[in-house]
Amino acid sequence: MCGICGVVVLDGPPPDRELVTRMIGRLRHRGPDGSGLYRDDHAALGHTRLAIIDTEGGAQPLCNEDETLWVSFNGEIFNYVELGEELRRCGHRFRTASDTEVVVHAWEEWGEQCFTRFNGQWAVALWDARRRRLVLSRDRMGVRPLFYTRDRRRIAFASEVKSLMADPTVPRALDPVGLDEVLTYWSTVAPRTVFRGIEQLEPGYVAVLDRDGFRRHPYFSIDFPDRGTEPGQDIEANAVELRERLVEAARLRFVRSDVPVGAYLSGGIDSSITAAVLARYTDAPLHTFSLRFTDAEFDEGVHQHKMVAELGAQHEEVVVSAADVAEVFPEVVRHTETPVLRTAPAPLFLLSRLVRDNGYKVVVTGEGADEVLGGYDIFREGRVRAFWARDPGSATRDRAVELLYPWMERNPGTAPAFARSFFGQDLDADDPAISHRPRWASTSAVKTLLSPDVRAELDRGPDVVTRMPAGSEAWDPLSRAQWLEMTTLLPGYILSSQGDRMLMANSVEGRFPFLDKDVVELANRLPARHKLCGLDEKHLLKIAFADLVPEQIRSRPKQPYRSPDTASFFSGPPPEWLTEVTSPAALADAGVFEPRPVAGLLAKAARTGGVRAGNTDNMRLLAVLSTQLLHQQLVVDGGAASDAPPPAPMTVIDRVQHVRSTV
Amino acid sequence: MHDQIRNDLREFIGDNYLFGDHDRLPEDEASLLEEGIVDSTGVLELIEFLEDHFGIVVGESETVFDNLGSIGGLTRFVAGKTMAGQPVG
Repeated sequence: MCGICGVVVLDGPPPDRELVTRMIGRLRHRGPDGSGLYRDDHAALGHTRLAIIDTEGGAQPLCNEDETLWVSFNGEIFNYVELGEELRRCGHRFRTASDTEVVVHAWEEWGEQCFTRFNGQWAVALWDARRRRLVLSRDRMGVRPLFYTRDRRRIAFASEVKSLMADPTVPRALDPVGLDEVLTYWSTVAPRTVFRGIEQLEPGYVAVLDRDGFRRHPYFSIDFPDRGTEPGQDIEANAVELRERLVEAARLRFVRSDVPVGAYLSGGIDSSITAAVLARYTDAPLHTFSLRFTDAEFDEGVHQHKMVAELGAQHEEVVVSAADVAEVFPEVVRHTETPVLRTAPAPLFLLSRLVRDNGYKVVVTGEGADEVLGGYDIFREGRVRAFWARDPGSATRDRAVELLYPWMERNPGTAPAFARSFFGQDLDADDPAISHRPRWASTSAVKTLLSPDVRAELDRGPDVVTRMPAGSEAWDPLSRAQWLEMTTLLPGYILSSQGDRMLMANSVEGRFPFLDKDVVELANRLPARHKLCGLDEKHLLKIAFADLVPEQIRSRPKQPYRSPDTASFFSGPPPEWLTEVTSPAALADAGVFEPRPVAGLLAKAARTGGVRAGNTDNMRLLAVLSTQLLHQQLVVDGGAASDAPPPAPMTVIDRVQHVRSTV
Repeated sequence: MHDQIRNDLREFIGDNYLFGDHDRLPEDEASLLEEGIVDSTGVLELIEFLEDHFGIVVGESETVFDNLGSIGGLTRFVAGKTMAGQPVG
């Protein structure tokens, strides 16, 4: 895994080498094993390297035989061995054993079609010096990040926003429309970010900048068959196929590495399956890593230990307290680079640190299973709401909400009748987002804290529903809910704020078998009832791996991953940074929130200590803290805290100054 | 008595959910849910307040929208409970 960055200027003076060097330095955590810079009259590409495959030969930027095509690559192409064999048969000659060189030759051979052949997770920049053309591409589901800022003739791109902001001419301002999306969907929807003038490439897209201008288009779209036309209706056959594909996906992610690979174990079914597959289907000893909480409400230690005993794995765990979350939170936001409405990323930051401290730099996790195979409560809510919408008077259907949240200490079942009113709002059987309205409505309550200036810029609400593909009205309602989840929360929050960014903060690469190309392809054409059977989530997955995961874990009610929110900051005296970023002066400077209600919110948190804090108040507090930190770190300081020298050894190929060196 | 209950409720909702921004208090019959003031977890704070402040007991079967969903509904619910012999805090 790595960091990439670069600047392309189609006409004008060559890109500034000093600037690109600073951009590289700010990505040091993504690739502490080395760095590289290539520059010619029109392009500069930068790279920081976390050496995983071909640790000796894989330095970047890397080029083709005649040095006309250069690549800076972040990620993995898990089928690079097979693609390499195919390309050799086509006459391509390879100098390294790295997957990055496969990208170069695949581009030469197949052009943009190469991305449809890749099974992996990537963000890549290809510079064709002869045609003076830059190509950017990002993997299908958005595992790896890629941001850019541009005008018609110039573009700067990078794995992280802080790298772009190494350029003082890049605007430093929060975008109210981006904030509005976060305060509705929990994340912006690509290409939008929360920063003015900075965009991100959509998952599954290719972008091109050349003399014809800038353009971008999808090479992959999330798609589902019409309801009732799903090709495979036999649940047993689908279970067999799902198992075959997942085993292969997990195995590939374990063996395609020249350094040891560990596994996360949450205590839930998804990571239990990936770990069990690795134990059963690979030869290397398994090393697992888990997150524990001092607060029993969030802790899953019992289930983790059950699975560790089952696997016979070598196991490490980190126990996280409220104070730990409060302490690392500013560092966490420095890496999420977006407001977050939960503290949940913070413990994951501590978990990847545990992995790194144990000498590992790659982990396999269960991420993506809930989106791909129908595991989230929101899918169950959607189904319950669809029942109601069709038959609002039904008393038995009315009771279904009490089945939804067996796990929550403060669950809506505590006031069940009221909860029914809550989940019964905005019921419209024809609404393509019927599953998501309660979440979006409750999240939007955070916006009551926004300042009038920001609110004035929000002339119309976010519009992700209008982007749903033509024909999606014929999909199963579960598919529509999955599409919404895979378009908003998965790339924008789960894979970034809880995924790539927390892992890479400690120079650890995550690999996600459930997001394998072939697994997703199969899952998206399954009948909805095989995924969510009644209200039984991930039904097919449980059948497919019944022998590998103990009954205790297979049949336990799903417990969403959560960590203490308001209580993390207010169970004792609030940390100093909190007082600073929420001071009236800091609030006024950012201009995002109204100081008076924020003061009221903080007073309430101080009074209650966050004990039994409601969902909306938790989100409000986290929105304020993370946005204020973001304002301080990136808008005021411009990311200066991330300045660092490019990691050594650094290879420089500068055709403008005629330098070739490695120091 | 209705006025006293109503005022206490408005003050609590204004302080606790609107953080002192009493201008945003909704009309008596407007839905606290639809106005985004109380969510399905925040309702527990409301129940705690009713029990502590008015000294009533809110049964599970009473946690319905008609009773808890608006300032008007809350006022009638509390008044009914207290008139039925329970104390007012």
